[in-house]
Amino acid sequence: MSIEGVLGKKIGMLQLFDSEGRSRGVTAIEVGPCTVTQLRTQEKDGYTAVQLGYGTKKRLNKPDTGHQQASGSKNHAVLGEFGFLNDELPSLGDVFGADVFEEGGRVDVTATSKGRGFAGTVKRHGFHGGPKTHGQSDRHRAPGSIGAGTTPGRVFKGTRMAGHMGSKRSTVLNLEVVQINTDRNVIFVAGSVPGPNGVSVRVRKTLKGRVTVL
Amino acid sequence: MSTQFDGLISETTRDDLPDFGSGDTVRVHAKVVEGDKERVQVFEGVVTRKRRKGLSANFTVRKISNGVGVERVFPLNSPRLEKIEVVRYGKVRRNNLSYLRGLTGRAARIKERRV
Repeated sequence: MSIEGVLGKKIGMLQLFDSEGRSRGVTAIEVGPCTVTQLRTQEKDGYTAVQLGYGTKKRLNKPDTGHQQASGSKNHAVLGEFGFLNDELPSLGDVFGADVFEEGGRVDVTATSKGRGFAGTVKRHGFHGGPKTHGQSDRHRAPGSIGAGTTPGRVFKGTRMAGHMGSKRSTVLNLEVVQINTDRNVIFVAGSVPGPNGVSVRVRKTLKGRVTVL
Repeated sequence: MSTQFDGLISETTRDDLPDFGSGDTVRVHAKVVEGDKERVQVFEGVVTRKRRKGLSANFTVRKISNGVGVERVFPLNSPRLEKIEVVRYGKVRRNNLSYLRGLTGRAARIKERRV
C-alpha cells in the first residue's frame, strides 16, 4: 500500500449500467493530478505523511508561493496531507492521480456538505412536527416541548433545536469504485457524495476493515 | 446532448435502436432472468412517455393486459434491451400521454401518422 488517498473535485452524478445490465447511480469525482508539495518525516515532524496540492489558483499570497515553489508545483488551490505506508517516500513534485485507486475497491469521500442555512427541527433533526389538522394553527413544524417545568427549571444542554445546518465537513464511508478513467483522472463511485457539484473533496482508501499498521 | 461527462465514460448511448416517440406502438424485446435462465420477453404497447437525453434516458410503454392497464418503464440505453420494433407510428400533440390512463377502448385510440 502506498499513498492513502488524493484530493479532488466532485463533478456530478449520473447513471451507469453494471455488467448485468442493472442501472445504478454513481458520482463522478475528478481525483488529481495532485503534486507532492511537502514531506512530513519522522525526524522532523514526528510522523510520516505526504502533502499533496490540487487545482490551480490565479494568485497565491507570498508565503504560499514560497512554500509551493519548493516542489516546483503550479499554484495549487488546495493542500492536504495523506498517510504514506511504504518504506520509500515519493519525492517532491511527484504526481498522483486516479491510478491510486482500483476498480471494485472501496473508498471514503470527505467534503463540505451543502449549506441548508438556519433550518428548523423537522429538517435538521427529523422531528415529526405537529398535527396537520384538528384545529392546529402555526404548529405544523413546531418542535414541541423542550423540557419539563420548575424542576429542573432550565433547558438541558444539547437539546435539539433549530439552527444552522449543513456546510459542515462530512465523510461517507465505504463507497464502491465502479469505474476509473485514468486518462482524465476521474473515478466513479456508487452512491452519493456530500456537497454541491464542484466541491473540493478528499478521497482515500476506505478505513473500513483496514488493519492498522503503526 | 453534451454534458459534463463527455469523454469520461466508456458507455455510450445506443444508436442501434429505431427512432420512436410518444404515441407510437412498439414491441420491446427485453431480456429477463427467470431462476437461472435468461430469456427474451416481448412487451407490446403504446409509448406514453420518453424522457431525458443521454445515457439515463428512459421511456414508458402502456398496454391493456387482461383488462388491466399495465405500464412498464425501460431504460433506453440498457444492454438488456434486445431490440425495439415500431409497429405503428401515432400522431400525438404532447410527450407525456398520461391522459390515456383514464381512457379505454375507442376513446384511447391514437391517430396513425403516415411516414
